[in-house]
Amino acid sequence: MIRYLLRRFVTMLVTLLIISALVFLIIKLPPGDFLTNQIAELRSQGEAASVAKAEFLIKQYGLDRPVWEQYLVWIGLWPGPSGFSGILQGDWGWSFEFDRPVSEVVGDALWLTILINLVVVVFVHVVAIPIAIYSATRQYSVGDYIATFIGYIGLATPSFLLALILLYYTNRWFGISIGGLYDSRFAGQPWSWEKVQSLLGHLIVPTLVIGLGGTAAMIRRMRANLLDELGKQYFVTARAKGMPPPRALLKYPFRMSLNPFMADIGNLLPHLISGSVLVSLVLSLPTVGPLLLQALKSQDQFLAGFILMFVAMLTVIGMLISDLLLAWLDPRIRLSGR
Amino acid sequence: MTTPVLTIRDLSVEIRADGASFNAVDGLSFAIPRGRTVAVVGESGSGKSVTAQAILRILPKVARITGGSILFDDPADEKPAIDIARLEESSEAMRQLRGGRMAMIFQEPMTSLSPLHTVGNQVKEALKLHADADDKEATEQALDVFQRVGFPDPKRALVTYPFELSGGLRQRAMIAMALITRPALLVADEPTTALDVTTQAQILDLIHELQADMGMSVLLITHDLGVVANMADDVVVMYRGRMMEAGSREDIFRRPQHPYLKALMRAVPRFAMQPGERLTPLREVKSKAVLAAAHRPVQSAPARRDVLRVESISKCFLLRSGWFKGASREVRAVNDVSLSVGAGTTLGLVGESGCGKTTVSKMISRALKPDHGRVLFDDGSGPSDVHELSGEALTRYRRAVQFVFQDPFSSLNPRMTVYEILTEPLRIHGIGTSDERFERAKELLDMVGLDRRSLRRYPHSFSGGQRQRLGIARALALEPQVLLCDEPVSALDVSVQAQVLNLLKDLQGALGLSYLFVSHNLAVVDYIADTIAVMCRGYIVEQAPAAELFRNPVHPYTKALLAAVPDPDLDRPLDFAKLRTGRFSEPAAWPEPFRLAGQDVGSMGELSPGHLVRMTSSGSMEKAA
Repeated sequence: MIRYLLRRFVTMLVTLLIISALVFLIIKLPPGDFLTNQIAELRSQGEAASVAKAEFLIKQYGLDRPVWEQYLVWIGLWPGPSGFSGILQGDWGWSFEFDRPVSEVVGDALWLTILINLVVVVFVHVVAIPIAIYSATRQYSVGDYIATFIGYIGLATPSFLLALILLYYTNRWFGISIGGLYDSRFAGQPWSWEKVQSLLGHLIVPTLVIGLGGTAAMIRRMRANLLDELGKQYFVTARAKGMPPPRALLKYPFRMSLNPFMADIGNLLPHLISGSVLVSLVLSLPTVGPLLLQALKSQDQFLAGFILMFVAMLTVIGMLISDLLLAWLDPRIRLSGR
Repeated sequence: MTTPVLTIRDLSVEIRADGASFNAVDGLSFAIPRGRTVAVVGESGSGKSVTAQAILRILPKVARITGGSILFDDPADEKPAIDIARLEESSEAMRQLRGGRMAMIFQEPMTSLSPLHTVGNQVKEALKLHADADDKEATEQALDVFQRVGFPDPKRALVTYPFELSGGLRQRAMIAMALITRPALLVADEPTTALDVTTQAQILDLIHELQADMGMSVLLITHDLGVVANMADDVVVMYRGRMMEAGSREDIFRRPQHPYLKALMRAVPRFAMQPGERLTPLREVKSKAVLAAAHRPVQSAPARRDVLRVESISKCFLLRSGWFKGASREVRAVNDVSLSVGAGTTLGLVGESGCGKTTVSKMISRALKPDHGRVLFDDGSGPSDVHELSGEALTRYRRAVQFVFQDPFSSLNPRMTVYEILTEPLRIHGIGTSDERFERAKELLDMVGLDRRSLRRYPHSFSGGQRQRLGIARALALEPQVLLCDEPVSALDVSVQAQVLNLLKDLQGALGLSYLFVSHNLAVVDYIADTIAVMCRGYIVEQAPAAELFRNPVHPYTKALLAAVPDPDLDRPLDFAKLRTGRFSEPAAWPEPFRLAGQDVGSMGELSPGHLVRMTSSGSMEKAA
């Protein structure tokens, strides 16, 4: 087991290293970068002083060096102008667009992103699993049809559209603005109890909007999985033992039907982040999604690179978690071949 | 006389499917006396399993009890009998009975246990549901019951997962789960059908023994008359939901009355059959006239020649073991196997699951490459090594050797019509115009006794036996010389089994085919094969002409195998005591001169012409005989 974990950690590190190289390469692929674009603009306006400053920045961040060297400096394997100082050392670089360190720009957005996504994941499971169990055990009943119908609507509704609709009506009916993750008066304030309350209140709508599609999809898949398992012989055995049906259902078929979802956890996190960019824009949520979009558009290379690495990291960790969960949940995976 | 434990009166169960409904059980009445075994016999679809499900009230959703009563009188208390048919399916009272006072074991030990929970957990759960037992008590009782059902190490069994156990041990675990609550009635639905014969004998013995110990009644549901003859006190014969005949075992086997029962008895292959005696299927297939007219392939070579010769082939597999470990293990699936199939004859290959018989047939069909040895094929132009063939010669070989598979349900593509299925081999080999192929397809249907109008139908609209005949027709499309039949009748009912066996015999006579017939059923192989080879753990342990093998088996494994087959003949009961010792399939446990241990693979010695047996390299003929 420990050997397995060590092996997994090594492969994870190698994977992340390869991803970082690809990320950097892809960001660098389009000609130019944020500073050269800016310099070109400044030159056309004839502001010599600003040009000098930009050229200083180019020197400072080694943008005049070959790409591979820039890459190594970025991840911290090559001495930059101020010694070894890269992602490995905890220095995430400088955002040219915001003219601040990346760590400051990203700041709260990072953990707010994680928070909102965790809440969505929990919401999806808590809502979808009971509905799916109801649907599967009462196949072709009125309730099943209603759940199925709502599921299809959920699947077919673009989430940003739903976000716009909710935004409009909550404002019109309740007179409140649900944009952002907390009331605007808390912006830039230190964390206080009121701010947390405001945050919780503002979480409801984004959770609904982002989670809707996932919930609908999960109901459909869980129902299909359960229906499969309900027909299996071991469930008949459980009934023949005299188990109360709900208990038999939860102990046997339900646990079997969880496997594919455990295997999915790794994919879930990055999917939620990239999938919720539009919603975040519409609801002006301070998550990393919109930041990433902006950074990519303006070739703000360190900011974009960091966010992409962050998503990659979440994916790799998610994969590890799902593999460990599967092994824990399913003895066939844990012990096969013994 | 005491009242029976279970009395069924006029029971009817209706099944609704796709708007139509029919009575799966129709006015059934019988009783199970205390401490006795009642066997319900019938073909698939006769309603025997539905009866069992009705008794435990675990019918599928589409089925419901429409009439009659099921009276359960628990011998353990003085209360009056309960009518199970009137109880709510998931009521407290019903749940107390189900699994507590009456328990059930199923056919598939593979799928009947949850793969995610330990055997101990599932067995203890049965007790905790019905007795007021805490975990410690449950563990003690589970250890006790594991001991009784014959687990070699009960403590280990507690923490073992089902997939780590062999089929026989899994069925023992199922029995342990059923018996831990000491039920008054055990319902066993085909408890041994999925098991090997030697394992089957041991499980039957176990049920017998436990029944005597605990004084419980057993309802045994089976299609195997041999099992019935060895297990039942009383027999109920069912057909299409109705009872055809009922009576004591003696009456049923010695004085069968109903024509259906008589027909069923004639359809089962037995050991004591006369040479040349033919099985009589319940429904005869009309194909003889067509077969007589069929053109035999011209035989240019001398009559006595081996179409297939296998020369000491071996095959090893590497098993990757453990998710968290990197080590791998080598398994010798086939060891030094030599066989030959004469033109127009049948070689039967017998052995229990995992003995390597399928691997041998795969190496013959070139699906696998042997590590050592070679496979020679002779179509009359001289023997050639199958694994060296290429180009034109390989295509010819592929045409000459065809497969008939075990499972007629999954071996036919459900999205192709019969016409497409039968002509696909012709299309692949580019034979004939479409008109000629159409003619050939019709001819093939005639040969296997199916209606010519079936060409446009899809496989799902055929019964199991008809599908297997389609499979045979497909194999015949290319006019092969050899058919490799891998357990072709083991998935079929007895009545249909006789049909297919007779068809194979007739086809052989008419077309001069050679068969390699792989099966675990000795009686079936005895019926169809000229020569029989017995396989165990990758070795051929004995090989002889069919009659000789049954008259004079020499190898201990062959003897055990023969002794373990339940014969539907009251005068040839199973000798349970002899089978109890176990370990027949352990080469290291065979007595001298057959013992194979370590690197010694032994060699085949000839006892009499054609009768070969494997013994240690140092063993002598005299000792063996």
